[in-house]
Amino acid sequence: MTASIIKFDSTAEDHHIARMAAVALGLTVLESAAPSPLPGVKPGLANIVTLIVLARYGWRTAAWVSLLRVVAGSLLFGNFLSPGFFLSLSGAVFSLLVLALAQHLPSRWFGPVSHSIYAAFAHITGQMLVVYLWLIPHTGIAYLIPIFATAALVFGTVNGLIAARFMNNAETPKPNVIENPA
Amino acid sequence: MYASALQQIKLGDWLTLLLGSIFIALLAHKLWGGDLADKAIIRSGGKIFREVSLSLDQQIDVSGPLGISRISIRKRKARISSDPSPRQYCVRQGWLQQAGEIALCLPNQVSLELAGNTKKYDSLNY
Repeated sequence: MTASIIKFDSTAEDHHIARMAAVALGLTVLESAAPSPLPGVKPGLANIVTLIVLARYGWRTAAWVSLLRVVAGSLLFGNFLSPGFFLSLSGAVFSLLVLALAQHLPSRWFGPVSHSIYAAFAHITGQMLVVYLWLIPHTGIAYLIPIFATAALVFGTVNGLIAARFMNNAETPKPNVIENPA
Repeated sequence: MYASALQQIKLGDWLTLLLGSIFIALLAHKLWGGDLADKAIIRSGGKIFREVSLSLDQQIDVSGPLGISRISIRKRKARISSDPSPRQYCVRQGWLQQAGEIALCLPNQVSLELAGNTKKYDSLNY
């Protein structure tokens, strides 16, 4: 019996995207271990990676990383093609569409924090649409929208700040001084 | 740490934050505000038994398969004050005040629903 080797050509960019998606996946797993005050409200730490990739390598790479993270994450958690998967997917797709527009905001005034907030709002919009059109076609879910919107604003801001800080750290090489840990 | 974090927020980001906050406030006002109810719709056996204004304090007795459900209206609020249903869910719901609120006594087939001028959505929509 001959061992069959399946080989496909992968570029350095593919490897890079895979690495970034893996980091995002790690954050998703980390986050799923943290308790949530309300089912469905999650910080969305993986979006930090998406934001950084967007700023450094452009929208196309960010879309790859984000969608790979959604698909691979669903395989990891075992909810591929389940409602939870479609919720993640719609959120990610809406975020990416909004980020495609938001990235053209003048960078002098608007940074990752804005991108993150707009993406977070788009995320819940996409999710609420799936919930309403498919899972719970009932206007009663409107009661929850302000809660989700608040979570989007708060977590969007926090994620944006973290992303901005990472980017700044990478841009300015650190001097050989140990920072005050406080 | 915090000061350096704040430096990451540019002017436009503050604008985004402000817009987002206003948006949430509007959403909350629109979706949670819930206008006060003007009238009570009492149903019995699925049919409208009576529609009464909340401005007049009164008691209404509705008879169902199990007996009489008593509905009280006082100070622009309404409740089911007594009901023969075994678990008393509708009675324990207490006073209803906002449009869209509803108390159901399923065993006795009586319901009390509050409505405003404009019926935005109800809490039961089947």
